[in-house]
Amino acid sequence: MKSYLPAEYIVERDDEKCIRCKVCVNQCTYETHYYDEETDRVYSRDENCTNCQRCVVFCPTHAITIRKNPSAYRENAHWTTEVVKDIKKQAETGGVLLTGMGCDKPYFTYWDRLVLNASQVTNPSIDPLREPMEIRTYLGAKPDMLTAELEDGNLMLKTTLAPQLTLETPIMFSAISYGAVSLNVHEALARAAAECGTYFNTGEGGLHEKLFKYGNHAIVQVASGRFGVYSDYLNAGAAVEIKIGQGAKPGIGGHLPGEKVSAEIARTRMIPPGTDALSPAPQHDIYSIEDLRQLIYALKEATDYTKPVSVKIAAVHNVAAIASGMIRAGADIIAIDGVRGSTGAAPKVIRDNVGIPVELALASVDQRLREEGIRNRASIVVAGGIRSSSDVVKAIALGADAVYIATAALIAMGCTVCQKCYTGKCPWGITTTDPWIAKRLNPDIASQRLVNLLRGWSLEIKEMMGGMGINAIESLRGNRLHLRGVGLTETELRILGVKHAGD
Amino acid sequence: MEKPKVTRDFDDKEFAGCAIFGMMNLEGKRFPSRDPVRAIANMHERGNGLGGGFAVYGIYPDFKDYYALHVMFLDRDAKEKTDRLLASGFEIIYDEEIQTKPALVYNPPLVWRYFISPNVKRLGIQSEDDYVREYVMRINTETGRAFVFSSGKNMGVFKGVGYPEDIAEYFCLEDYEGYIWTCHGRFPTNTPGWWGGAHPFSILDWTVVHNGELSSYGTNKRYLEMYGYKCTMQTDTEVLAYAFDLLMRRQRLPIEVVAEILAPPFWNEIDRAEPKKASMLRTLRQTYGSLLMNGPFSVIVAHEGEMIGLTDRIKLRPLVAGTNGEYLYISSEESAIRLVSPQLEGCWNPRGGEPVIGRVGEHIVPEKFLTMEATA
Amino acid sequence: MSESRLVMELGFKMAEKISMHNGVWRVDAENMHYKELNKLLRLLNSKGVEHVELDNVYGQRYIGTGLRKPMRIDVHGTPGNDLGAFMDGQLITVYGNAQDCTGNTMNDGQIVVHGRAGDVTGYGMRGGKIFICGDVGYRVGIHMKEYGNKKPILVVGGTAGDFLGEYMAGGVLLVLGLNLKPKEKHQAKYVGTGMHGGVIYICGNVTHLGKEVKVMGTTKRDMAVIEKLAKEFCGHFNLDVEQVMAREYLKIVPVSHRPYGKLYAY
Repeated sequence: MKSYLPAEYIVERDDEKCIRCKVCVNQCTYETHYYDEETDRVYSRDENCTNCQRCVVFCPTHAITIRKNPSAYRENAHWTTEVVKDIKKQAETGGVLLTGMGCDKPYFTYWDRLVLNASQVTNPSIDPLREPMEIRTYLGAKPDMLTAELEDGNLMLKTTLAPQLTLETPIMFSAISYGAVSLNVHEALARAAAECGTYFNTGEGGLHEKLFKYGNHAIVQVASGRFGVYSDYLNAGAAVEIKIGQGAKPGIGGHLPGEKVSAEIARTRMIPPGTDALSPAPQHDIYSIEDLRQLIYALKEATDYTKPVSVKIAAVHNVAAIASGMIRAGADIIAIDGVRGSTGAAPKVIRDNVGIPVELALASVDQRLREEGIRNRASIVVAGGIRSSSDVVKAIALGADAVYIATAALIAMGCTVCQKCYTGKCPWGITTTDPWIAKRLNPDIASQRLVNLLRGWSLEIKEMMGGMGINAIESLRGNRLHLRGVGLTETELRILGVKHAGD
Repeated sequence: MEKPKVTRDFDDKEFAGCAIFGMMNLEGKRFPSRDPVRAIANMHERGNGLGGGFAVYGIYPDFKDYYALHVMFLDRDAKEKTDRLLASGFEIIYDEEIQTKPALVYNPPLVWRYFISPNVKRLGIQSEDDYVREYVMRINTETGRAFVFSSGKNMGVFKGVGYPEDIAEYFCLEDYEGYIWTCHGRFPTNTPGWWGGAHPFSILDWTVVHNGELSSYGTNKRYLEMYGYKCTMQTDTEVLAYAFDLLMRRQRLPIEVVAEILAPPFWNEIDRAEPKKASMLRTLRQTYGSLLMNGPFSVIVAHEGEMIGLTDRIKLRPLVAGTNGEYLYISSEESAIRLVSPQLEGCWNPRGGEPVIGRVGEHIVPEKFLTMEATA
Repeated sequence: MSESRLVMELGFKMAEKISMHNGVWRVDAENMHYKELNKLLRLLNSKGVEHVELDNVYGQRYIGTGLRKPMRIDVHGTPGNDLGAFMDGQLITVYGNAQDCTGNTMNDGQIVVHGRAGDVTGYGMRGGKIFICGDVGYRVGIHMKEYGNKKPILVVGGTAGDFLGEYMAGGVLLVLGLNLKPKEKHQAKYVGTGMHGGVIYICGNVTHLGKEVKVMGTTKRDMAVIEKLAKEFCGHFNLDVEQVMAREYLKIVPVSHRPYGKLYAY
């Protein structure tokens, strides 16, 4: 069937600058560039280009520019170019349209409509460069009260705290499965987490043996496919996370296309190589809230009650009631993933249409839990498009204990959000399991980039906190008085629990 | 105890994550609360102490010709309004506060029992049952703070916020005897303090205890509203009670047909069935598609003389049935049955969408369901 | 580990429930919460106790979870859900029926049930063996996996409910149908739906199959596998191997190893 689809991008090469070094030909995994010996020129197959920017970055003479194909369809606000192309593509394939990374539609990003406070006159700023500024956070269940007794003149605490995770900065690496990304990426995340005193999440693909040594900085995930789940895995991690859903594709399961199931992946996941690892949506032993409780306690029993159990859900309509149920079922940490969450592969229609923004979910969950008097019983972690340290500060002010980042971490390692992760040909060596491409990502350098990112954000967080006159992050948590909304409706302000700027 | 301040809309419903248990004497002989309470208490893990309840049949033999109303009041004003409403439509034979004693329950409201008989002059062409049903809906909606727990003859619902064994203690259930006991232990999340949200749900003498969540609630609710039912309890189980009342009492459909409406087979199975059956199933589904109960559920429904257990068509919730002599047991977990009856003549897992039916006067033939039992 | 030392460690309340005779420990689980029971089992396990008998079990969950050393546990009564969840090498025998999620994500070891098992038996099994004398419920053997010499085995003496072997990726599922009448079919529907690895052997015809699988006859190699498993099964439940083997077996396998290859547009 002839494809009616035009190329999305045009490769422009300045022939005068081109020195025929063929770096672009070698670096492109989509075979966009090719060299013709006879004419001694490099040409491009525009239709293969994904705008990953690899060739642009690596061309020594900056000869390449990637331009969006200007010959688009006639402008139409309803039948946009994207919609028209999607329909034609489905007509050609009869399949579900896949995509990667997070929702890219211009919905309200509420972080951009919230502004932060600073101290002026009535309350002093605190100087973070010279004075202590505490951003350490503990995740886990906290009791409502402590009992203490005097024994022989010494104060003895009678209550023991449930197991906690210690974060030196309120940012963790979100779940990215081994299979969606290469082992080098997992290793970089593990090392960076260890160096920065925080945690990375194994995602649903299990933990490779090589990385067990970073176990006490790992949150090990148990998803519906139960890939790589056995007692050593559970006991290796610092916490266990039950994945109910993720923001990029609420209500449906994980996708690892057969192309990416290499021999190593097959070994860790224990499925035949080359088969699709399509995790079903439901965990088949969780069909009701009491089943979730059953699994939470199964994991606590399996780890002898030494590790916090986290439950990760996508942000959906009645997320507040669900969160309440999860806490009553025994979860120590609740992770909420909003509509901007990213993924290695998801049906485009679900990624862009299902789920709610995490800012609203967070605000309503935090508020509901406080109304019910159970906010202490679990920590809240939010995920889904956290882009900067200011997003982190705003999230904590709304009520989160910590945040998970994934897209930002991948961008730090080289990703340019071209959304082609599912092909397994990521030229940056990130979302691929092809060993030849995967070795382009050097874990030493990648982990250094991640450490730099966390360090930069942590310093910025301290600056913003100091600016507000706060030197301990506990005083920022849920402190909505330090936020104001701009250009938000009354309903939005009510749900977020913030006033309008100027008010 | 307050009804929740923010009246959330229908989407904000309860989760019925829980445990259910039913025990019936097939000869109609009444028995005490001990076994049902022990059984539901055994499944303690499935609830979280914020809801428990019982439906018992045959408890008022001396008043069996009158409708027994169990009503919960959140304030005196509501009681006065209810008293006036009832007086206007019924002869109140006898009424009193239901006996209670101190127990681990939270903020109990006032719960009253009335024995009433419809005022013949006002009855008109309506059946007595429909007449009572209308008044029940009126009490639930007009008084604002009174809610009817049960409204059948010679039966009653006792429920509230607490573990089921504590609810049994609170309402002195050891003083009652019935030939059907259905029990529920709940795991609510949405409105934890709300006594009206506990199970069983009932209308007239129909009671439902439910484990699961109806993702079709919005559709079911709007269909039932067309027939005069008002959903006021903020819980999806309510529609199940009303659906049974509509289909079995008003439309007189037998339970076997009702099961095919609430848990119909898939279209491809219907297409494969023998033509006459396929045609019937197709018609049922075309007519009653809005009553298809989607989402995981296992329920025990009871009314005078019958106890029925049913799960959704792809059996996403557990249900076990057991028989021993005159007794039929239906439960979320087998261990609860074994606790009260270690020996069982028959013990089986019903298939998805196929009802287990206990009827007074009909013994269940164990051979029909017997599968390989323990040989050791 | 001597009885008296253990009594001292546990305190008198627990001590009333335990006794030791000829190297076998007996625990009376009546009215014991599963947390207590499992804590006790873990303690006994860590002290090197090799054989424990549990009496009066009514619904306690997670029996066999979180144990590190080999141990034999005999359960008298009805164990609760998640029996042997995440189990790694122990031996459990149930004298009675088991409930749901038996052998959930089991890694190694053996579970033998002299009775029925409920829904979701063997979910995500990665190794070890489960033998159920009677029927099993819905969604049994979902997503069983295998790799190298880790191959889980699940043998069912009776029949199973819908979605048997859903999304199977490895291992062997054998359904003997010993309680079916001649010519009676298994009522299970959507058998093997989503299967992309492993094999299901079944005696008796199936009502409805998932679209990702096909039914075939068995080869000599298949029959050898079946016979080996049947021998073990019969050994546990005192049944006659020859009678079990003198029947016709079918094999259900995935049609393609990428059943969803055409589902997505890239």
